[in-house]
Parts: sequence; structure tokens; C-alpha cells
Amino acid sequence: MRSLAQNWAVFKESRIGLAGLAIIVCFGVFGLMWPIMIGNLWDVHIYHPVVGFDPAMMHPAPPCRGHVLGTDPIGRDVLAQLMFSTGREFLLGVLSAVISVVVGTFVGAIAAYYGGLTDSFFMRLADIIMLFPFVPLLVVVGSLVRLDMFSFAIILGFLEAFGGITIILKAQALQVNVRPYIDAAKVAGGDDLHIIRSHIIPNVLPLSFLYMMFNVTAAILSEATLSFFGVLNIDMSWGMMIHTAETAGYLFDYGRYWWLWLPSGLAITLFCAAFYMVGRGLDEVVNPRLRKR
Amino acid sequence: MALPKPNKESDSIVVVKGLTKHFSVGRGLFRREQARLHAVDDVSFDVARGEVFGLVGESGCGKTTTGRMLVKLTVPTSGDIFVDNEDISAISGQGMREFRQRVQMIFQDPYESLDPRMTVFDIISEPLNVNHIGNLEEREERVAYMLSRVGITPPEMFFFRFPHELSGGQRQRVAIARALVVNPEFIVADEPTSMLDVSIRTGVMKLLAELQEDFGMSYLYITHDLAVARYLCDRIAVMYLGKIVEMAGAEDIIKNPLHPYSKALISAVPLPDPAIRRDVPNIKGGVSKPINPPPRCRFYPRCPVAKNICRDSDHPELCEASPGHFVACHLVAR
Amino acid sequence: MDALLKIENFTMHYRTRAGHVKAVDDVTFSLAHGQSLGLVGESGCGKTSVAMSIMRLLPYNSEIKSGTIVLHGQDIYSMREEEFRKLRWKEVAMIFQAAMNALNPVYTVGSQITEVILEHEPEVSEREARQRVTELFSIVGIPEERMDHYPHEYSGGMKQRAVIAMALACNPSLIIADEPTTALDVIVQDKILREMEEIRRKTGMSMMYISHDVSVIAEVSDIVGVMYAGKLVEIGPADDVFKRPRHPYTYGLMNAYPSILGEKRDLATIPGEPPNLMFPPLGCRFHPRCDWATDECGQVEPRARYVGPDHSVACHNPLRAPSSGGEPIGVAKA
Repeated sequence: MRSLAQNWAVFKESRIGLAGLAIIVCFGVFGLMWPIMIGNLWDVHIYHPVVGFDPAMMHPAPPCRGHVLGTDPIGRDVLAQLMFSTGREFLLGVLSAVISVVVGTFVGAIAAYYGGLTDSFFMRLADIIMLFPFVPLLVVVGSLVRLDMFSFAIILGFLEAFGGITIILKAQALQVNVRPYIDAAKVAGGDDLHIIRSHIIPNVLPLSFLYMMFNVTAAILSEATLSFFGVLNIDMSWGMMIHTAETAGYLFDYGRYWWLWLPSGLAITLFCAAFYMVGRGLDEVVNPRLRKR
Repeated sequence: MALPKPNKESDSIVVVKGLTKHFSVGRGLFRREQARLHAVDDVSFDVARGEVFGLVGESGCGKTTTGRMLVKLTVPTSGDIFVDNEDISAISGQGMREFRQRVQMIFQDPYESLDPRMTVFDIISEPLNVNHIGNLEEREERVAYMLSRVGITPPEMFFFRFPHELSGGQRQRVAIARALVVNPEFIVADEPTSMLDVSIRTGVMKLLAELQEDFGMSYLYITHDLAVARYLCDRIAVMYLGKIVEMAGAEDIIKNPLHPYSKALISAVPLPDPAIRRDVPNIKGGVSKPINPPPRCRFYPRCPVAKNICRDSDHPELCEASPGHFVACHLVAR
Repeated sequence: MDALLKIENFTMHYRTRAGHVKAVDDVTFSLAHGQSLGLVGESGCGKTSVAMSIMRLLPYNSEIKSGTIVLHGQDIYSMREEEFRKLRWKEVAMIFQAAMNALNPVYTVGSQITEVILEHEPEVSEREARQRVTELFSIVGIPEERMDHYPHEYSGGMKQRAVIAMALACNPSLIIADEPTTALDVIVQDKILREMEEIRRKTGMSMMYISHDVSVIAEVSDIVGVMYAGKLVEIGPADDVFKRPRHPYTYGLMNAYPSILGEKRDLATIPGEPPNLMFPPLGCRFHPRCDWATDECGQVEPRARYVGPDHSVACHNPLRAPSSGGEPIGVAKA
């Protein structure tokens, strides 16, 4: 266990983690530009990501002076869509990751500490969730209820929380649970709640944080996939941008209409890669075995 | 600050009767139990007030399991443990809180027994904290006092350090302070110095002896090292595969061991003097595990002096060979 | 004297993120054919680093600053890696710390030792190699039929014997045993130490024992070297060093530990803790903990000097031996 400054020093040495962090910061700045641009530099009627329309040209228009990344088949600005979606992708990724990790940490800690039936119940539940592939399951759920970004993030978070992440965090909690300082806390007079809260969870938390990064990636990818299939009730996202191009048939001539799918596709890839890279960097902080001397 | 301390008149603080712990081996959800490991088997002893009682034996002899049962970390299979004439198996709820203040434990590995994410203050005040003793100010005062008592000075300098910022000796001192902060009457010390380097170890051993005298506690001191037990303990019990084979005053057992196992153990201790070369009784093999052991004497397979009676009879009872000197061997004349 | 191993002014550092760790500093000693040398010191004193240097098994972040290691008249660090690989195991073999983990769990013990022989002596046929393993097993006292058993079927003591057999496999002239018995119980430890000494007497090879335990070293060594914080502070014939320790650290180390011999006596404590080898103290590295330190000790690094036949000590004011028992006499401040 090291101080924050020391952890940062270790993290700083991993180039991959730093690069990931840089990309995330760039996305952050990019997303923050949206409220500044709209209404000030950009006319709401033309640049609105969902209902905007530029009557001055034929659509989809290739990149030009007014539309740096062109427009989509129904006349909306691609750059505006990209910028508008960034903030919402952050919300989706971070919200679902936080839910999955917070719940997963609690469930993992409780399963590891109590063992027996409690443990068996949560582990079998995790098995069941993991046996159901996410995407088809959500396709079904999406056709039954109208899923918006927020509810989608929550569903995704809970599915992940009781699924794979529980198993991983429980394994970690089990390692913590056999440490002599847990016995010492019992002898000190600590009750179950005290031991889980003050000893097990704080020692599982670094790993939880690491998986939070990987879960952001998973959430964004799920959203992109489901939006592509059009089962989410989301008006605009990077996945929706590709969906729009696909339903209008422009993906058949993808070389000619590259601005319809390349910016959003690249954004999804880069964004996911960035969180994954930060996760890899954190891995070196959390797992000393990987650390270089 | 009010630290409850029952004031009962009795010679023994701890009385252990027929203590037994069996572990199942190879049992799973769908597997039937295959064998039972007799970790501790019918062990009885008592610890007098203010006494340091040593439990000595090789790895796997059940000494740590015995200690863990005394602090209620492990539930005995059978047998009784009385602390202050109170059967501890019946303790729960509020009584448990009082019990935790009376009986404490010091663990072997100072690198593992302190939570790496807690500061020194949090670690030492934990027993006060979870038992709701005192307010923050009183706790601070108490922790500072304990730190200075265990030789970590100036105490306030160490309040907010983490275990990894301390050396091995300092960590064990912090662990000792944590055990003593609630003024316990009885402490189970499980090899508290075996992980420490020689030059540090002596200091910690002396500290334990000094604190015992000042605070008037009793210790159950668990160790594999007879020399350490001799230095610290008033009485010593030697354990072998879950049984106490000999129990006597420390000097008595070192100078005049009666059980063949104690004799072997004592003569096998390496001596810091190259001029002395001793003969060691020929003990066969190594320590095995007491899984479904036959009823005969546990030491029979390795005993250099075993006779037919040892093979044919049950494990011998612990009998008083001379005043205060108990031994469990068929061949020791009573 | 015909020296098998000669280490002269050997200095080795480890590079780490935070700086250079001065792990071995200006160490000089030699070992004759058939002799046994014991290197004793606390963890981090550099004794294992010395062993690894002789085996040329140093990690990549190590840096040899100066000095030579001469084995059989050849400077091992002037050889190419492939050349030395031929010497390793045939000339100098090692019994590693935690030897129980040195055996691969998926091969039988016999086949692992056969493998070692075939690898280092390509001219030997597989049958001859197996034949030699049988002989090795009888030397270390493992029944021949256990050759085809897997390591997990061995007890701790037997694994240790198998590892010794492996070190003996190619008839080396020197075996380095790094804490060979630390994980074992006293009775088994005692037997294995005796057996190793027996083997040394029979084969005439040299042994270098490394241990933190003064008593273990006393049992088996002809020559004793004491290391502290990367320095060899005292070296000499075992009888001499143990009877008349001249360095204050040696004295402290020997009296810091309780003994089962003689009358119960008070223990000497060495105040403080070993230094951080990234920033060792100026002058004598032991001076901050030394009861007899003078101003000179804090400024000038003491050089090794002879205080008796083959007995040298690196101290400005070596202790004088008392005429009859009791505390040694330090040289009073000038």
C-alpha cells in the first residue's frame, strides 16, 4: 500500500496508461466544447444533433466549410452529433461502471466473508448471468421496454455487477479474508459489518477501480452494438450515427460516404481503447508482480 | 476511561479441559468426509494469574489451533475452556464484547497482521473503536500511551504512518500495542518473534516480558523454540501431534526432560558453541499429520525407546511424575 | 594455503528506482579445499547476494563495482557466460533457500536429478546417470524406491535431502547452502545438518553455509564470517570467533539469543535497527548501534585487520577478550 503520490509515480511509468489518460482528457475537452459551440457559434436550427437541418445543400453532404465532417442523410451536422454524444458516452460508461463495481464489490465481499449458502447463491447467479450473452439478452429487453441512455446504463451496470465482476472481486476478497489482519480485527471485537466495511472492502477497492476502467469499455461497446441494431430508445449516440447511415443504405458504398461512419467508429474505438489503456496502466499499480524494477 | 475488569478470586485465569479439534479432510459439497485430522486431541491445562505458559512443539502439532480456540477464532469440536470461571463457548452478544476486552491475541507475522490500508492510530484504536470505549480524545491519549509503552516514540509522529512505512520490529510493537490497548487479562501470543531478525527479536522479547510484569497479565506463549520458551515462560507444555506429552516448570523441563520426544527436541536445538557436540537420540522420520491416528501413543512410530506396551495400549494419560511435572509416557516410572 | 575460492574486495550494488543499494561492500575471504565456511547475518546483510555472486546468478539490475571472485584459480567474471555454465553445478552447486520449492512438481524426483547430470555431463549415458542417482539417494538417506515418486509424496525433510542429492549430482568441489534448514523442524534440521557434515567429511568437498541462525553456523562451520549491512565485519576460525568475538556486532548477535544451555541469563539487546543500504551511515556501518562507538567510528570506515591467526575484524576498537567469562572489555574512549 503506497500513498497517492507513489501510485501516481508508478502509473506515470506506464506509457500505455498515460496515453490512455491523454486520450480521455482530449475527449473530455471535446465533449465540454458542445455547450459552448451550440447557440454561440452554431445555429441551433442547423446544428442541433437530432432535429437540425441545413437547407443550403443536398444531404448527405461531404465535408465542407460549414460542416467540417459533412452531414448525415437527413441533413444533420456530423461533428455536432459527435460532440453532443461524447458527454453522454461518458455518462453511460462511467455510470454503468460505477454501479457494477460498487455493487460487485459489496456482493463479492459478502460472498467471500460469509461463504456457504450466501456464496453459492451469488456465484450461481453470476454463472447464469454470464451464460446469457449480453447482447441478445438486451435486444430482447430493448424490444419489450423502451430503453433510454440512463436506464440502459443502470441495467448494464447491474448485469455486470452480478455477473463476471462479482466472481473476480470475490476471488480477491477471499484472498483478503484469510489474511491474519482479519483475524486480528475479530479478536479486537469487530463485528461482521465492521470487518467487511473497514478491512475487506478497502483492500478489494484497488482491483475494483481497475475493473471499473474495463467496464467503461464494455458499456460503450454494448451501447454501440445495440444502437446499431436500433433496439435502444436513444436519439443520438455514436452507435446511433452508424445506425442512421446503415438504415439509409449508405454503408453499402462505405468508401464514398466515409464521413457517415468513420468519425463515430473511430470515436468508439479510441474511447474504449483509452479506458482500456488506463486500466492496463492501473494494473501495474495494483498488481506489483507486473511492475518493472 | 472505563475499562471493565471483572474481579474474581481464583488462581487460574484460564482452565482448559479435554479440548479437542478435528478437521475434516477432503470433504466437499458432493464428497463424503474421507478422514479426520486430529489437530488438537484431548488437551487439558490451566494458566495461573500472572503466569506465562508456554506451548512448545513443531509445525503441525496443534499449538496454534489451541491458541485460536482460546480466543474464539476457532470453534472446538469438544472440550471446555473457562476464562475467569466462565465457559467461553456460552459467550455471545454483549458478553462477547467484554470477552474481547479480557482476552487478546498477538499474531505471528507482523507483515500480515496489520491492515495495510490503516494508519497506526486506526490500527491501535480499533479495539477501542469497535467496543465503543472512550471518545476520540481519550482514545488518542490511550494510543499515545500504548505506543510509548511499546517503545515507539515520539508516539504522535507515528499516528498517521502506514504499516509499510514501519520496520518489522516496529510493526510487531504496534501489534502488541493493539493487543494491550484494552487492558486484557490474558493474551495468546502466537510466535510473536519468530519472523523478526535476531537483533530486533531480543528487544521484542524483552518488551513482552516487561509488559507482562507491569500490566500483570497472563500469556499463553506459543513457540517452536524451546530456548525462547525457557527465557519467557514460567511453565512449558510440549505438544506432539495434537497431544500434550509433557508439562512442567520451564527450568525443570529443560534440565530434566522425561518424555523421549522432549529429550530429542531439547538435544536437537543447535547450540551457539562449536566446542560442544552432543549425541542426539535416534528419532526416525519426520512429523506426519495426525489423520485418523491409531489409538496408541502418537510418538510410537518415531520413538527410539518404544516397547510392546507402547504399541498395544492407548495413548498414555498425562500423569504427575514428580510434583508439578506431568508426562504422558508408558515408560516413565511414576 | 591452497584456496578453492578467493573473493577479494568484492563490491556489488543493486540499481533500483530509488537509488543504488550497496548490498555487498568490499568483501574479502577465501575458502580452502574441504573446509566449511559459515556466513551469518540478519536478513538484508548481503549474505545471499555473496552466494548469488559466486554462482553468477545475479539479477539484471545488479552491478559489480569492483573486486574479483576466483574459483579454482580462474576469475569467474572474466569468463564468458557459456564457459561458466560448464563450471556451475560441476564445480560449484547451490542449495537454495526454500529448497522445497526447487523441485518441479510434475516430474519424479529421480528423473529431475538424472536430468541435472545429463545436462552437465553429456558423456554420461542415461543408465549411468540413473545409477549415480541411486548412489546419491543412499548417501543422503532416501530409500532407493522413492526415486520414481513425485515431490508431493515426499515429506519436508525428504525434499530437503533430495535437493542436497541434486547439489551433489555432479561431484562439485563447493556447495553453497543458503538457509538449508530454515523451513524444517529442529529434529529434522539437526539430522540433515549432521548428514551434510558427514558427506563433506567423506567427499572432501568444501561447504559454504549461509544462515541467520548463529547456532546453526556454530554447529557446522570451521570458519565463521559475520556480515552486517553489506560488510564482512569479522571472520575467523569458529572456535575463536565464538569464544572471543572481537566485533561488537558479533558479540551482540551471539548474546542476543536465549540458549537452553547453562543458567538462564539476561539477553543483550542491540539498540536500533539495521540501516537502509541505500544510505548507509558514514564511517563504520554499525556505529549508530554500537555501545563502544567513538568519534572516529562515525567518520572513518574501519579496515579489516588481524587480531589473531586467520582472525580478522573490521573495527576501530575491537573488543578485548575477558580473562574469564563475563562481559568483554571495550576500548575506552581515547
